[in-house]
Amino acid sequence: MKRIALIGMPNTGKSTLFNRLTGASARVGNWPGITVDLMTAKILVGAHMAELVDLPGIYDLHGYSDDEAVVRQFLETTPTDLVLLIVNTVQIERQMTLALQVRALGLPCMLLLNMADEARKLGITVDTEKLSAALAMPVALISAKYGEGQPAALKKIGQALDVPREAGTAKLDALLTPEQIERETAQALHQAVHVPARLPEHLSDKLDRVVLHPAFGLPLFFLCMLLLFQAVFLLGTPLQGAMTWLFDQAKTLVVEPVVSPLPQFVQGFLIDGLWSGLSTVAAFVPLIVLFFLFMAVVEDSGYLSRAAFLTDALMSRLGLDGRSFVMILMGFGCNVPAIMGTRVMRSRPHRLLSMLVIPLSLCSARLQVFLFLIAAMFSPHNAPWVLFSLYLMSFVTAILTALIFKKRYHSTEPFVIELPPYRMPTPMQIWLRGWQEVRHFLHRATKMIIIGVVCVWILTHVPFNAVPAGPDTLAGMLGRLLQPLLAPIGIDVKLTVALMFGFIAKEIVIGAFAVIYGMQGDTLAAHMATQMDWTQAVSFMLFTLIYTPCVSTIAAIRSESKSAKFTLLSVAWPLVLAWMVSFVFYQSARHLLGQ
Amino acid sequence: MRLTDLAPGQHARVTAVHSSEHLAHRLAALGFRTGKPLQIVRHGALSGPLQVRLGTTDVILRRSEAAQIEVLPVPEEIPAA
Repeated sequence: MKRIALIGMPNTGKSTLFNRLTGASARVGNWPGITVDLMTAKILVGAHMAELVDLPGIYDLHGYSDDEAVVRQFLETTPTDLVLLIVNTVQIERQMTLALQVRALGLPCMLLLNMADEARKLGITVDTEKLSAALAMPVALISAKYGEGQPAALKKIGQALDVPREAGTAKLDALLTPEQIERETAQALHQAVHVPARLPEHLSDKLDRVVLHPAFGLPLFFLCMLLLFQAVFLLGTPLQGAMTWLFDQAKTLVVEPVVSPLPQFVQGFLIDGLWSGLSTVAAFVPLIVLFFLFMAVVEDSGYLSRAAFLTDALMSRLGLDGRSFVMILMGFGCNVPAIMGTRVMRSRPHRLLSMLVIPLSLCSARLQVFLFLIAAMFSPHNAPWVLFSLYLMSFVTAILTALIFKKRYHSTEPFVIELPPYRMPTPMQIWLRGWQEVRHFLHRATKMIIIGVVCVWILTHVPFNAVPAGPDTLAGMLGRLLQPLLAPIGIDVKLTVALMFGFIAKEIVIGAFAVIYGMQGDTLAAHMATQMDWTQAVSFMLFTLIYTPCVSTIAAIRSESKSAKFTLLSVAWPLVLAWMVSFVFYQSARHLLGQ
Repeated sequence: MRLTDLAPGQHARVTAVHSSEHLAHRLAALGFRTGKPLQIVRHGALSGPLQVRLGTTDVILRRSEAAQIEVLPVPEEIPAA
């Protein structure tokens, strides 16, 4: 088995090429000591089976950024048969630096000139044979997006692998000086490449005059995000409903009859623990697919970089950048895909800070709980204001968290990024992205979500002779134990048990009320209005808003951060914050009302 | 003169880059090298980033980073050699 490492600068279509070559067979590979996900796939090139590894996009090999460090570490420690360097033909002059540095690694390499279609439109011509002779490595012109030149390129890769040679590791101590690079670039490009002195005005320039307009740019961005958001949840909610229905049908028609001969508590464990854990996972699938279908459009079209440009003035003050803003907004729909989406940020501290902030976004699951409680506790006149305050609080806690932790997760990554031209993504690119993300989520998060759901089931059902979710279960005992802490914020034992359910998924809190109070719908709402006053209700909602990410979000944080310590912080910090916010609200409200 | 002193639409050439090694490498990789011609495309609102065109590459960078790049204004774009 041969190993091919795919490297290139950001925005060169590297992942597009990887996806085209590997189709849907790619999976996340495990490499010792590497903290980012590297996609790998086995492909057949000529007479060889080869493992193709998609390394992160890098600007050079000096190793200052996190991604450069990853690429260096990979090349230094992993025996590689061929380094496949992908370059944007339009920017060949600038990107030749990386080609020369890669050549100096002492590994067999090959140059792929991508975006041949765009280069042609701009009148840029390349003589691949002359360039190949000047660089002493095979060169092929391709368009990864449309598949142009792919068979010829694959043939050349096959030929490069034909040379019998042991796979080697890179020598990174001898990087070229800027002067050497300047001289060699000029030599290599002199005869082989022609770039017209004046480039035709790009359609992107015209679009950018509107999209990046100093006054209309930001409102337009919010409008786009709103539409995107609406589209994801307008389409996602019925699909989620369909998924839940499917799992419920399977439960009544298949699972329940199958487990019926088993003892009662085993049945409960299997159905309310394991099976409901599985349905929790499944309910996220449509949302994640949709979210990433749209994200792929936003990202591949070049709009995400524009969003970064537009919102950077605001976000840089919070220690974040414009890309995190898009994810935080998405978090208002569902935190899980928003956390997974933080991967577009290439600096780890930025990614971690965003992951700490996103769970504070008032997601649609929490909205359901609030709508129920607000309707039960407040007059129609006051209701919108209560909901508005909760949204406001969500923003305030997010900003507060960013300000508090921005020093700790300070990014050294400079905000200097390329602004690519607008591009139309292909359906293939979009679909593959959605599919890969779902597989990633199922692979990484399922176990943890099921464990979480089972734990809550045990808490609320053990001992088995007690009334489920009642005061004699473990959950009830824990609730009583926590009273000294939670009574000062107006949360009694029953509400505490409901909060434990909310750990699975926030919307379950309503279902938990039904179980705990033994009532449903309007009767439940009316009963709850007699059980607590409005200050308690608001305090409880504030606590629900902030207290802990749901188990699926935690699983996503664990899988994206690859750090148990950080995951722990992402649970502990909101708990502390929630208690403080509720305490301040509840005690001052009581005091002011003279109670 | 610094890159931040240029008005949108103005052309210039890079004369020096006074930044940390990390940033200097990133800037060089994106085309900010001594002698290279560039053009300011636009300024972001509210002291937002700058959009700079270097040959066939458009780059966005914060003003704090742009202030570390020294330039010499030139009347018109000089065709790249």
